[in-house]
Amino acid sequence: MVRITAEPIDPQLLRETLFDATAGGYTSFEGWVRNHNEGRDVERLEYEAYEPLAISEGEKIIAEANNRFPFVKAAFVHRTGLLEIGECAVWVGVAARHRDEAFKACRYIIDELKVRLPVWKKEHYVDGDSGWVNCERCSRSSGVSMSSAAAAKSSD
Amino acid sequence: MKNIRVCYFAMFREHAGLAEELLPLDVDTTADVFAATRHRHGSSEPLGHCKVAVNDVMADWDSPVNDGDTVLLFPPVAGG
Repeated sequence: MVRITAEPIDPQLLRETLFDATAGGYTSFEGWVRNHNEGRDVERLEYEAYEPLAISEGEKIIAEANNRFPFVKAAFVHRTGLLEIGECAVWVGVAARHRDEAFKACRYIIDELKVRLPVWKKEHYVDGDSGWVNCERCSRSSGVSMSSAAAAKSSD
Repeated sequence: MKNIRVCYFAMFREHAGLAEELLPLDVDTTADVFAATRHRHGSSEPLGHCKVAVNDVMADWDSPVNDGDTVLLFPPVAGG
């Protein structure tokens, strides 16, 4: 199960959705909003997701995790919208027959979703400024990466 | 010329001042679309840091683009 939601995440309720008589272990990961990043004081975070692809890509990640570390049930939920310090931004849960698969599948899912899901995070700083995470060069008006691609295109 | 619907997300949308637009473009690949809309998204991120989808399916930067396609331009992701 993969869900993208603007509502608060309740890990206790989500945990129960993974109960299974064949599972002997459960591992979860919660990502929380912290009050600082790269030396700046953060007041709140804003998440944006492209839901259709976040869900399809998320389901792929869970299927991959199941191939590598066979589990009984796994799920994750990712927040969108404005989140305050301490709120849960993402929850991942895995129930497996044994602990090894539960730990490894949980780690695989959170690691992959951070780099693959079409989700973006904007930090709102205490000083009133804001910025998109991982996007330092997104809005410079000049650069070389695309001009070289355009040159390659015009030469063929 | 191909008619391409281009969708901008997060930083790209804010820079463009719009979420999507229909454009006549002389393009073969998704990388061409990124280059042709540079004045909109304003990005000088290496393409490898960004992602692209065509008609709601994740694509590569050398994926072909056809008349009537919708191309989604994703800035570097930051989930979790």
